[in-house]
Amino acid sequence: MAAKSIISRPVYGTLSPQPGKHHLFVADAEGALAITDLAAKAPDGFFADAHIIFIPGNEGQHVAALEALKPAQLYQGPTFASALPRLKQTLANAHMGLRLYLAGTEGLIGQAMQAALEAGIDHTSIQTEHRGSLARRVQCVHCKGITENVTTQPATCSHCGLLLLVRDHYSRRLAAFQGVCINAEDRSEIPPTEEIFR
Amino acid sequence: MSTGTTKLDVVVSDVVPVNELVTRFHFRRRDGQLLPTFSGGAHVVVEMRDGERTRLNPYSLMGSPLDTREYTISVRRDDAGRGGSLFMHRHVRRGHEMVISYPVNLFSLDLRARKHLMLAGGIGITPFMAQTAQLAADGGNFELHYTCRTASLGTYADLLRQRYERRVRLYHDDRDERIELDRLLSSQPLGTHLYVCGPSGMIGWVCDRAAALGWPAETVHFEHFAAPQPGAPFDVTLAVSGKTIRVGEQQSLLEAIEAAGVDPPYLCRGGVCGQCETNVIAHDGNFIHNDHWLSEEEHRSCKKIMPCVSRFEGRSLVLER
Repeated sequence: MAAKSIISRPVYGTLSPQPGKHHLFVADAEGALAITDLAAKAPDGFFADAHIIFIPGNEGQHVAALEALKPAQLYQGPTFASALPRLKQTLANAHMGLRLYLAGTEGLIGQAMQAALEAGIDHTSIQTEHRGSLARRVQCVHCKGITENVTTQPATCSHCGLLLLVRDHYSRRLAAFQGVCINAEDRSEIPPTEEIFR
Repeated sequence: MSTGTTKLDVVVSDVVPVNELVTRFHFRRRDGQLLPTFSGGAHVVVEMRDGERTRLNPYSLMGSPLDTREYTISVRRDDAGRGGSLFMHRHVRRGHEMVISYPVNLFSLDLRARKHLMLAGGIGITPFMAQTAQLAADGGNFELHYTCRTASLGTYADLLRQRYERRVRLYHDDRDERIELDRLLSSQPLGTHLYVCGPSGMIGWVCDRAAALGWPAETVHFEHFAAPQPGAPFDVTLAVSGKTIRVGEQQSLLEAIEAAGVDPPYLCRGGVCGQCETNVIAHDGNFIHNDHWLSEEEHRSCKKIMPCVSRFEGRSLVLER
């Protein structure tokens, strides 16, 4: 779990079974393991009312482990973008009593939470657990373009090409960290690039 | 900030009997100015000069927050109570000059909600009178379920039905009508917030069912006006002011402290807001904690007390006041 630095930097917990009538999980890659860990603590029949939206990623692991939980619905999508319409539709039709659990990368948690906030769920009532890559979703504060899967510091904006200092300053509305030009005074100054959000 | 220090000089502009138990009081400012703005769910603490004694009771503002020319409260007469509501019913007449606190809201609407589901029992309807007026003016989405003993005790039920029609649902105990709570809670769209005000049994029932059915605690709001419980008299030493006082049977510790000329902060006088929290310096005896503010651990630690509702039984008690 990432250390807390500034107030807006999200802090994640450990998924635990909540009282509720329906349980909606959104996870990517190793986030599946957070769900199977929760299953070990869940009461019998918990997954009979569960809907899992899972993005396995390139390696395609953990699908069998989720199938073994026998959830009411298990959806697999190639990317979060492809799963988003399903998530939005599910939230739009949901009633109070639905509990939301998000697990996996920060990009997945942030974007699923963004959809949930739009549907009227308070962020404090959402269970989150960070698993897997620390890669960040970064908004360039200059061109407003969003670059996915940023692992380096500084990082190059994939839209305008500026070299960005990736800050811990996080926007829940955008589900993105803020990237600020690191060499605005002298563009010829190029600090070394390190891979730190692996 | 303490409402004990910010007060409004008002005159009773009207007294209207509503039914056999409830009377409505209207207040205007003595200087003719507008009253302070408030939001639905707010209460004021009304000061009653009852002979030697000053009674302070909180009452929800029930008028529309859009009209601050006057404040209105509805007081249910409690013949077995400590006397505040009886004083209002028996002695307060139009033209009386009174002092009330600035409004305080410990039961406000969460305006991020997509829908507001309100459950009222008996006189617990009063905060919803203001909240529905506030929401209706903004085109807000709400639904009110109101339980009362009989139709004649359904205070403002007719008015609410007339104003909001099918958004108001009535239940009468004498006709065996009961809220189908589980079905009601489970059919609410995502983003609904729940508000409940009524007898403590009703609040407990609704909060328990909501939690069991998966309503996050952040979406459940309740207002609890607990009057201080009477008990055996006890003596207290106030270390800071250097006074020793006696708390009477029908008096709360907070009232006894105030009667001794000390002016502690307060907001709700019902054990929920935390304003009057006081440190215990020494004690020999047992605390009777009646508040909803301190944690169980804090209750056990015997280091803090909420003087608005809690009592003490024992030999000696020293408080930091």
